[in-house]
Amino acid sequence: MHFLDSLVMLHPRGMIALSERSLMLHTIELMLIVAVPVYILIFFFAWKYRAGNTSSQYTPEWEHSKMDELVWWAIPLEIILVLAALTWTSTHALDPYKPIDTSIPPLTVQVVALDWKWLFIYPAQGIASVNYLAIPVGQPVRFELTADAPMNALWIPQLGGQEMAMPGMDNRLNLEASAPGTFVGMSSNFSGDGFSGMQFPVHAVSQSDFDAWAAGIASSSAPLTMDTYMTLAKPSENVPAAFYILADPNLYTEVMMQYMMPQGSSSSTPAAMPGMQMDAMPGMSM
Amino acid sequence: MFGELTFAAFNQGPIVLGVQIFIVFGAAAVLSLITYLRRWQWLWKEWLTSLDAKKIGIMYLVVAVVMLLRGFSDAVMLRAQQALSVGSSTGYLTANHFDQVFTAHGTIMIFFVAMPIIFGLINLVLPLQLGARDVAFPFLNSLSFWLYAAGAALIMLSLVVGEFAATGWLAYPPLSELQYSPGVGVDYWIWALQISGAGSLIAGINFVATIITKRAPGMTLMRMPIFAWTALGSMTLVVFAFPVLTATLAMLALDRYLGMHFFTAGGGGNMMMYVNLIWTWGHPEVYILALPAFGVFSEVVPVFAQKRLFGYTSMVAATISITLLSFVVWLHHFFTMGATPDVNAFFGIMTMVIAIPTGVKIFNWLFTMFRGRIIFATPMLWFLGFVSLFTMGGMAGVLMAVPGADFQLHNSLFLVAHFHTMIISGVLFGFFAAVTYWFPKIFGFTLDETWGKRAFWCWTVGFMTAFMPLYILGFMGATRRLDHYPAGLGWQPLFIVAAMGVVIIALGGLCQAIQIYVSVRDRKQRVAGPDPWNARTLEWSVPSPVPFYNFAHTPQVEGRDDFWLKKKRGAPPELPAEDIELPRNTSLGMFMAGAAFVAGFGLVWHIWWLVAFALVGFFVLLVARSFADVHEELLPAAEVARLEAAARAQPI
Repeated sequence: MHFLDSLVMLHPRGMIALSERSLMLHTIELMLIVAVPVYILIFFFAWKYRAGNTSSQYTPEWEHSKMDELVWWAIPLEIILVLAALTWTSTHALDPYKPIDTSIPPLTVQVVALDWKWLFIYPAQGIASVNYLAIPVGQPVRFELTADAPMNALWIPQLGGQEMAMPGMDNRLNLEASAPGTFVGMSSNFSGDGFSGMQFPVHAVSQSDFDAWAAGIASSSAPLTMDTYMTLAKPSENVPAAFYILADPNLYTEVMMQYMMPQGSSSSTPAAMPGMQMDAMPGMSM
Repeated sequence: MFGELTFAAFNQGPIVLGVQIFIVFGAAAVLSLITYLRRWQWLWKEWLTSLDAKKIGIMYLVVAVVMLLRGFSDAVMLRAQQALSVGSSTGYLTANHFDQVFTAHGTIMIFFVAMPIIFGLINLVLPLQLGARDVAFPFLNSLSFWLYAAGAALIMLSLVVGEFAATGWLAYPPLSELQYSPGVGVDYWIWALQISGAGSLIAGINFVATIITKRAPGMTLMRMPIFAWTALGSMTLVVFAFPVLTATLAMLALDRYLGMHFFTAGGGGNMMMYVNLIWTWGHPEVYILALPAFGVFSEVVPVFAQKRLFGYTSMVAATISITLLSFVVWLHHFFTMGATPDVNAFFGIMTMVIAIPTGVKIFNWLFTMFRGRIIFATPMLWFLGFVSLFTMGGMAGVLMAVPGADFQLHNSLFLVAHFHTMIISGVLFGFFAAVTYWFPKIFGFTLDETWGKRAFWCWTVGFMTAFMPLYILGFMGATRRLDHYPAGLGWQPLFIVAAMGVVIIALGGLCQAIQIYVSVRDRKQRVAGPDPWNARTLEWSVPSPVPFYNFAHTPQVEGRDDFWLKKKRGAPPELPAEDIELPRNTSLGMFMAGAAFVAGFGLVWHIWWLVAFALVGFFVLLVARSFADVHEELLPAAEVARLEAAARAQPI
C-alpha cells in the first residue's frame, strides 16, 4: 500500500469521518496562530541574544510590561474562545448518539463485544455475523453497542470516530459510508489477551449487493440460538468471520439484561428474561 | 500457611527467568560490594536513617533512576515486539506477557519514576529556596520516602514471584475485576500503589506545610522563587487528588477481596464510576508532574539568560490557574464513553482553557530570553528542547480536547505520542535540566558539559525518531496496546523507525552515565564554589555542598531574587552563626514502610497471618514513635561557625 493511502484517517469514506477530518484541520490551523510565533521567536531570540553577540540590546533588569503580558493572555484567550465555539457546535453536530440527518431510515446493527471478537446482529434482516461487517453505501447505520466482556470500543476510522461498548450498557454510534470499499474496523479499547485479534473487515456495498448478501446468509446459515451464543461468548482469539441466522430476535437485549440481575454475571442464564424491552429499563443508557 | 503462594509462582518462562537471575545476583553483588567496602555503617548513619531533606531527596532520585532503567527496559521490549510482530510472525512475547510489560511500563514510569523525581527535586531545592533548615515534618518526610521505596520493591517483586497486572496502567474494570483477572497481578498493582500513594499524600501535606510555615523572615509568598510556587501548586494537587486514588483503589480491592460490586459488570456495579474516579486523580496527576518542571525552567531560564524572570506575577497567576483548572478537565480522557454532547463540550472547553496559562508561561520564558545574554549551558539546551517538543505536544493535546476530533484520535498511537511528548519533554527534560543545574550545589562540583550536550542531542533526536512515527501511526488507525497487527496496513516500517529511536535514546542515557563518571573522576578540577552559575535564589548563598544545617544564620529576605539583590549591593555582612536544632536520625520510617511492604505481600498472596502480623508491627512502631520524647538535638552556634568556616574554605 502506498504510504499516503495508509493514512486512513485522512481518507474518509463516510460523512462523519469527513466532518471529523475537517474539524481536526480547522483546529490545527487555529493553533498554529500561536505555535508558529512561538517557534519563530524561540529560535530567533536564542540566536539574537546569545551571550557571544554583544551588539544586541541587554536589559538585565527588565522584568515586567503590563501591555506585553496582556497581549499574551489575550491572544490565546481569543483563540480559545473561537475554539470553544467550534467545540460546542461540532460536539453537538458530531454527537455519536445523533441520528444522521437524512430522509433515509437507518440500518440498525446491534454490536456485542465479546472475548475477543465482535458479534454484529442485524435485527431487521434476521441475521448475525462475527468479525465481519457489511453495510450499504449511502444508508445511515445506527450501531447499538454493548459488551459481554470487558470494555471495548468500536472504531472504523474511515467511517468516523469510536464509541465504547460496555457490559450492561447500551451505547450508540451513527455512521454512514459514502463510497463503496473495504475498510478496517477494530476495537480501540484494550480488553485483554486476545484484544489485537479483534480487527474485522467492513464492506460498504451497494444496497442491492447488501440485500443479496443478507438474503444469502438468511437462507443458508446455522441459527444463532442462546446455546450457540453461550458457546460463542466463551473466550477465543483471532476468530475468523462467521455468519448466522438470528434465531432469537431479542438476543441483544438479553445479553445486556444479564448484567441487570441482582447477582449479574455472564454465567447467569440470559434466557431467564425473555422479551425484556430496552424501553422498560430507564437509566440504562448514559 | 502461605495462602495462594506456591512454587509455581516462581516459574514464568525463560525471559522472566533471566530477569529473576539478574535481580537476585544484582542484589547480591550490591550487598557484597557494600560489605567489601565496609560501607554499612556509613550507609545506615548517613543515608538510610537520615532525616535531612537533601539526603532524602537524593535517595528518591537514586531509586527513581533505578526504576527508570526498569521502565525503559520495558519500553525496549514493547518497541521490539511491535517492530517484529506483524503478519505471520507473532514476535517473541506472548500476548499476556506483552500486556504485563506495557502495564508495568506505564505504572512504573508514572508512579515510581516521575513522582519520586518530583519529590526528590522538591526535597533538594525547596527548603533551601525558602531559607529553611528543613521541611515541616522531617520524620514524615523519611516515612514518605520509605513508603515509596516499599511500593517500588513490591512492584519489582512481582517480576520474581507471581505476575503483574495485564490490564493497562489504570486497570479499568471490569477487566481488572476477579472475573477477568483472577491472578495476583492486579493485586500487586493495587497494593504497590496504595503503599506508595500513602507516602505521596504524606509528602504532599508535608511540603504544603513547609511552604506555609517554614519560609525565612521576609520571604513573603510573592517573593518566593517560581519553583516554590509550582511546588505549592503541585503539592496542593497531591493533597486533594491522592485521597481519591486511595479510595478508588480501596473500592477495587473490596470488589476483588470481599466480592463487593462497586465496579463489577453486573451486580449493581458501575465500571464508569471507576473511570471517572481514577481520572479525577489522573488528570491532576499530570499537573502534579508538570508544574514543578515548569518551576525548574523558571529558575534555569533567567540564570542562563542573565536577566530577571519576565512576568513574575503572571507566572504565579498562571500556576494558580493551572492548579485550579486541572480538577475540571478529567472527562476528556473518555469522551467516547457516551456522555451527552453538553458534558463532552464542557470538558473539552475547560481543557482548552488550561492552554491559556500554559501559553502565557511559554511567552514569559521567551521574553525572559529577549534582550538577555543567553549562555547555552546544558540546562538551557534542555529548556529549548522542552519548549520545542512541549508546544508540539500541547497542540496535539488541544486537538484531542475537541471531542469531535478525539472520537478519531482517542486510544490511538497519536494519543500515546501526545502524552509521551508531554511527560518526556516536560518532566524528564525538566529533571535533566534540574540535575545539571543543582548538581554542583548538592555535590560541590559541576557536571561535564560536553557529555551533557551529547546526551541532550541523543535524547532529542531519539525522541523525535521514536515518537513522530507514533503520531503518524495514529492517523493510520493504529490503536495502542497491540501485541500483533496484520501485514497489509503499512505500519511496520514506522514501528521499526520508532524502535531505532529507542536505541538513540539509550545512547543518550549512556552519555549521561559517562557524564557522571567523567565528572566524578575530574571532580578536583570541577570544584563549583557556592555560586557557579551567578544565580539568583537563596540556595546559592550557602556553601557547596550544602552543610547539613543549610543556613548558619537564618537569612533575612528583602525582596524577590534576594541573593541577586544582595550580590549587586556588594558583599553581604557575615551574620553570626546560630544555635541550630536538628532532627535526630531514626530508622523508624524504614521499619514502618517495611511493615507496609510485608502487609502488601501478604495481601497479594492471601497470607492473612502475615498481614495481621505486619499491621500490628506497623501500629506498634507508630506508638513507639509517639513515646519517644526527644526528636531533636542541638548544634551549638560555635560548632556551626566552625563547620561553616571549614565548608567555605574547603569546597570538597
